[in-house]
Amino acid sequence: MIPFSPKQRPTLKERPAALPNSAVPDRHRIELAGVELRPDMSGALHVPEFAALIISDLHLEQGTSLARRGIRVPPYDTAITISLLESVVKRFAPQRLIFLGDSFHDAEGETRVEEPLMARLSAIAEGHECFWICGNHDPLPPQLLAGHAVEQLLLGPLTLRHEPKRLRAEEAEISGHLHPGCAVAQRGRRVSGKCFIADGRRLIMPAFGAYTGALSVFAEPYQRLFARGETQAWLIGQSRIYKFPLDRLC
Amino acid sequence: MSRLPQKFTDWFASKGWQARPHQLEMLELGLEGESALLISPTGGGKTLAGFLPTLVDLAGPHETHGIHTLYISPLKALAVDIARNLEAPVDEMALPISIETRTGDTSHAKRKRQREKPPDILITTPEQVTLLIADPHAAHLLRSLKCVIIDELHSIVAQKRGVLLSLALARLRTHAPAARFTGLSATVADPDALRAWLAKVGTPPVPLVLGKAGAPPSIKILDSVERVPWSGHSARYAIPEVYEDIKRANMTLLFVNTRSQAELLFQELWNANEDHLPIALHHGSLDVNQRRKVEAAMAAGTLKAVVCTSTLDLGIDWGDVDLVVHVGAPKGSSRLLQRIGRANHRLDESSNALLVPSNRFEVLECTAAKQAAAENAQDSEYPMTRKLDVLAQHILACACAGPFLADGLFAEVKSAFTYRTLKRERFDQALDYVATGGYALKSYERYAKLKQDAQGMWRLAHPQLALRYKMNMGTIVANEMMKVRLASIRVKLGKRMVMGGRVIGELEEYFLSQLAYGDTFLFGGEVLRFEGMDEFGALATRAPGKEPRIPSYAGGKFPLSTYLAERVREIIANKQQWQFLPPQVRDWLSLQSWASVLPRADQMLVETFPRAEKHYMVCYPFEGRLAQQTLGMLLTRRLERWGAKPLGFVASEYALVVWCVSDLSAMIATGRISLAKLFDEDMLGDDLEAWLAESNMMKSAFRNCAIIAGLVERNFPGKEKTARQVTVNTDLIFDALRSHQPDHILLRAAWEDAADGLISVERLGAMLKRIKGHILHQALDRVSPLAVPVLLEIGRVTVQGEADDSLLAEAEADLEREASRLA
Repeated sequence: MIPFSPKQRPTLKERPAALPNSAVPDRHRIELAGVELRPDMSGALHVPEFAALIISDLHLEQGTSLARRGIRVPPYDTAITISLLESVVKRFAPQRLIFLGDSFHDAEGETRVEEPLMARLSAIAEGHECFWICGNHDPLPPQLLAGHAVEQLLLGPLTLRHEPKRLRAEEAEISGHLHPGCAVAQRGRRVSGKCFIADGRRLIMPAFGAYTGALSVFAEPYQRLFARGETQAWLIGQSRIYKFPLDRLC
Repeated sequence: MSRLPQKFTDWFASKGWQARPHQLEMLELGLEGESALLISPTGGGKTLAGFLPTLVDLAGPHETHGIHTLYISPLKALAVDIARNLEAPVDEMALPISIETRTGDTSHAKRKRQREKPPDILITTPEQVTLLIADPHAAHLLRSLKCVIIDELHSIVAQKRGVLLSLALARLRTHAPAARFTGLSATVADPDALRAWLAKVGTPPVPLVLGKAGAPPSIKILDSVERVPWSGHSARYAIPEVYEDIKRANMTLLFVNTRSQAELLFQELWNANEDHLPIALHHGSLDVNQRRKVEAAMAAGTLKAVVCTSTLDLGIDWGDVDLVVHVGAPKGSSRLLQRIGRANHRLDESSNALLVPSNRFEVLECTAAKQAAAENAQDSEYPMTRKLDVLAQHILACACAGPFLADGLFAEVKSAFTYRTLKRERFDQALDYVATGGYALKSYERYAKLKQDAQGMWRLAHPQLALRYKMNMGTIVANEMMKVRLASIRVKLGKRMVMGGRVIGELEEYFLSQLAYGDTFLFGGEVLRFEGMDEFGALATRAPGKEPRIPSYAGGKFPLSTYLAERVREIIANKQQWQFLPPQVRDWLSLQSWASVLPRADQMLVETFPRAEKHYMVCYPFEGRLAQQTLGMLLTRRLERWGAKPLGFVASEYALVVWCVSDLSAMIATGRISLAKLFDEDMLGDDLEAWLAESNMMKSAFRNCAIIAGLVERNFPGKEKTARQVTVNTDLIFDALRSHQPDHILLRAAWEDAADGLISVERLGAMLKRIKGHILHQALDRVSPLAVPVLLEIGRVTVQGEADDSLLAEAEADLEREASRLA
């Protein structure tokens, strides 16, 4: 037996955010109703035209929420998520921050964030024009954080909301809620990850939170949301994002 | 003078038997209140030998105050059979003994009755014993316990189940200090380890009783007129000859090592089955009812052959099996002997076995296994010890039974053989984990499962936790399995609708997730077409006549035992041994000694050669696929650093091949690569650490530990949720712990599991030590005969050593190329 000596090293989640801007291959662009969107490794979506950064499903305090039900996962998720948020905000330096809902894992989540972390979160909120879209996990807007609470938000031709809705003619939407994920089988191996999924009119963002898993884009809730044949997924790998049509995924 | 009462002697005589010496010895020890280990081949009256002291003890009038004898069997299905077999002598001698069973299937009412009016003999499983000691009434139920019998001990001790059981036995000893412990086992490599396992630490190992050895088995290796292939695992070449053997025998058991091999073999036999012989299939993925049907048909003697995996390794007689065929190499001498023992349960006649190697290296391995079996040389695994996740589960079980003091429980745990080396620090860490989660930075005090009172007693924080414990206890963590249902297709308004039908079995989620819609695969002996998923699992339709997408060979389930590996190396090195090999294999080895070199038994051969603009390095450690896969990962990291530009590697059971852009022979000749340094043990340091951080194997080991230790729960009271709905993604928790608390007890537990399991670090370490100073390098200008098999594997198996991202990049680039062609 060799001695057990795990060393502190960057996790997969932290690594991409720590890379300098130039090292992040951001060649992917997603176009939605004529607006150019840039998916980021962190799971955030940059909208240069509106100087906005969109972040979905932070699920802060998911750890303590699970612990209350007896599942005592490590209480480190909020710290990890906030650190990642800080680095992505620093990298893109947007004017506006738009949170697409489920920012807290439950209604009391906000009150459980430990003080030093809350201070860091407040600093982010105060340094930007923040929009908090309500989600099903956090139906009420945050009480302790600066910003505007909204049900949904219009960004030029785009509607931003938490849960994807049936689209009216000419409507284009960015939503979260479903935590899309997908996998690619190559050489007998299966590589999976969170992803952005879009078909030109609708885009669903991956969940940003440290403990948020992913729901396969083939699961029932996605049915009827996307146009067959035009749907693409942007799979978040370990060092960059990869784009695949739906029929290449499993 | 035997202490067997006249009533019993008469009963034996009425059957035309007499008590065997080992049965009388067991009786003698048992009546003296002594523990014992009985090692005896199948068919030696082992079960009766275990029970005899109990039956004699209870033969007279007595009052039942509590359970007298606990009988523990690893198989639920066996409990019922054992009870039935035991009832025969009890009824025939009119003994006033009550016998009952208790398994996971036992009704609530029956359990309740057993608590109020316990039987003399309770036949049960390891998990039920653990639940028994977690019961607040345990002391009362076990107050008159005299005897604990553990059947198939050799199999239990090699698993986490055995580790958990040994802790439960330590607890039983506390409740009933006078109870004796009897182990029943097949022949093992190290009986002393089992003798110590049964005894309380600090007391002498229990006495060993040996049953009469059966007649030695008659083992043949298929001497095929066909060409034995270089590589592969299908043994397709041998089907006609095996089929003839099946026809000649009364009933044949065909053992293979994996489910997919079972499916393939069954399919091939079916194709060859011109006589419409009743041949069946039995493996763990098939629906339980389907398996029971096959077993019943075997017992009734209506089957001619059954293709099976380890699912039929253990158990009572199912019929008149007179031939065991092992297709593929048996991987271990003890496993082979155990499987051969499934044929012909009469002691004085030898069992017939046929080994069918599926490739040339397997011929060598089968030859080694045959020789080892003839010498009755054993290579069974040493008992598993000191699992931290299991300890955590046990601590919670003890808390469910009642308040405890840490000192007392630590002493009790350390009295179990499996935890004799446990340090107090580690125990306290496990206790802290159970109590609060064991996190350093932020305490989960308010969500504690255990709380310490003013007297220092640890208590369950909430009574509901006991219910949750019961619903989630146990150490068997199956792969994520998904139900497979037969679907029907309807076309409605031009749209194809898939409707789910009956469940036909379960498949690993991993396997299913690799299928695309319309892919065909073998399952339950049929070709199925994958139609999609719904909320209940996978949907498939029958696709008769279609070519199945061959399931990838999930080798490495049982790595080649160290012992057999050594014998294989000796066979290769020693030309006198070659006379036992078929001519085509002999020729292959001669060719190797002419074209390259044959290593001595203590050497490891490394060959380097160019081929199709790439440069190859093949080495032959014979340490099994898992250890060699780890070696491959580590070697490629090193070669990368040293500028050899490695492109990939493939590990077989016997050899490892790495291919590079740079000329390895030249690099070795000029000293740019030193083989001694390349294979130095220090690779198990930082390189291993770095690889593990990304390794899926660590994540999968962590997931198992997290479930066993109760970090995540699979079942919730009052909610019938599927595993998927409540699953917390343990991969993400693993990442969080690695970055924020690398010394957490569950990371340590996962590491220890992975080290001797999935990544075989211990075995690799031993091998690197062995070859130090014994590396034999041969620079060649072309591939050698010995290297051909592993080179052939390159196209067939998953190429390891590719980071996930390079696979994604490749998939994406393929698509882009395709798109540009179209444009």
